[in-house]
Amino acid sequence: MSETLRPDLSIIAREVPAGARVLDIGCGDGALMAALSDNKGVDARGLELNASQVERCVARGLSVVQGDADSDLAEYPNKAFDYAVLSQTLQTSARPDQMLEQLLRVGQQAFVSFPNFAHWRTRAALMFGGKMPVTRTLPVSWFETPNIHHVTIVDFRELVAAQGARIERSWYFAGDQQIGASGANWRAELALFQLSR
Amino acid sequence: MNHNVADKAKSLRLNAPLPLDSGRELAPVEIAYETYGELNADKSNAILICHALTGDQYVASTHPVTGKPGWWERMVGPGKPIDTDRFHIICANVIGSCMGSTGPASDGESGAPYAMQFPVITIRDMVRALDVMLGQMGIERLYCVVGGSMGGMQALSLAANFPERVARVLAIATTARHSAQNIAFHEVGRQAIMADPNWQAGDYYNGDTPDSGLAVARMAAHITYLSEEGLTEKFGRRLQDRDAKSFGFDADFQVESYLRYQGSGFTQRFDANSYLYITRAMDYFDLAEEHGGKLGNAFAQSSARFCVVSFDSDWLYPTSESRHIVHALNAAALPVSFVELSAPFGHDSFLLDVPALDRVVEGFLSA
Repeated sequence: MSETLRPDLSIIAREVPAGARVLDIGCGDGALMAALSDNKGVDARGLELNASQVERCVARGLSVVQGDADSDLAEYPNKAFDYAVLSQTLQTSARPDQMLEQLLRVGQQAFVSFPNFAHWRTRAALMFGGKMPVTRTLPVSWFETPNIHHVTIVDFRELVAAQGARIERSWYFAGDQQIGASGANWRAELALFQLSR
Repeated sequence: MNHNVADKAKSLRLNAPLPLDSGRELAPVEIAYETYGELNADKSNAILICHALTGDQYVASTHPVTGKPGWWERMVGPGKPIDTDRFHIICANVIGSCMGSTGPASDGESGAPYAMQFPVITIRDMVRALDVMLGQMGIERLYCVVGGSMGGMQALSLAANFPERVARVLAIATTARHSAQNIAFHEVGRQAIMADPNWQAGDYYNGDTPDSGLAVARMAAHITYLSEEGLTEKFGRRLQDRDAKSFGFDADFQVESYLRYQGSGFTQRFDANSYLYITRAMDYFDLAEEHGGKLGNAFAQSSARFCVVSFDSDWLYPTSESRHIVHALNAAALPVSFVELSAPFGHDSFLLDVPALDRVVEGFLSA
């Protein structure tokens, strides 16, 4: 299966070692799972809320459970996976702090990516427009967005520290390009962290 | 209809007495089955389809009594989601049933039909018989076991009790245990049969059969297979062949007429005692109870991939029951897919036109 992965997913696909056990939470159409299992023999499992996405995943031979990460992650045993992946889903969670705890409970390590709310374009929209930003990474109006817990890179680092977890590595993106870490909280539209405890 | 893919009237006698959960034994045991598609040289492409309560082995071939197409022809056949060009499909009549496998209508040791002398059987007993059958066929490991409703119970039970036998498990619209409500509906059916004067404590094989009781049992059960939405859409409050209510007890409403038709049609093809025994087996089913009270334990020895499917309008075995199964499979760290499909037909959705189910089945079997 050769499809173009989102930039955060292609980093994860590159970094997960062959043969690992991976849980992709909010796996969507299973693009990352397919890449991992096809190219690296990864034992990939998925959790996805949307039934038609799950159906698509199963139809392409992936092991995906329809469910709500906020409630259903608790069903997985401790450290059942080498990596738990939460890509651009943290901000939709009812309790991102509990979600993060669960990630590092079911996985030895976690990959977490999210749209950075402190990106300059978002800040400008608020400061000069006085409106909730509608941007490329946050394309939906405030009243119908699934993103109920906006988060910045600084916020996220603080939450990770407060939970006693460790940031192993981080990657930042603007447009589809990877950018450096300096001034990331201004410059990055999207951030990806590799966490451990 | 695909007469060409079906081999008619196959039957196999188990080569040893079958031990039962009750402590009794059943012997001899005859298993009637149908197959479709070729078994490959290394016998690795066999799929066992387990049928539901009133189903039978005629999954994709004409029913010999009713003349109707097989009960899952939309799913099983050349180029269909369960593809007979690719797989060797086996579907066997469960023990206790009445389409050729040993059941209460079969002759017991006395030479007369067992009737109520037939031992009470369980889902695990049915599966035990299937396991022996597969062994005698020389099929070590199934590519997949597939079942909806009671067929799903058998699929789960096979994976739990004979883990070496199966590489994939596809369990549709099913449950790992019968709920109080499930048991209650079955009890209504059983009492209707037993209240029929023709039932004669089960010894009716030389006389009139308890058709009224069996028909009522079927009518009550049939309601549980449909959804309120489906019934409303299909019948509403429309009257049957009349312009006004009769102020009597004829089938004024279309839904009454439909149920009566379903009930009487059923008596043409099913044995009332079989209905008692098989509903009992379903009521006794509790896969966790068999395994120390923890459903996760049931699957501890399994290495199969699982796919569990529920339907949003199924109130007989609702999605929560499927989630319970998925939870246990996750706890056992087994690869599992689960999806709740949207379909208006209630429990019977697994038998009807739900294209999403076709895609899921085909996808799961191809991986």
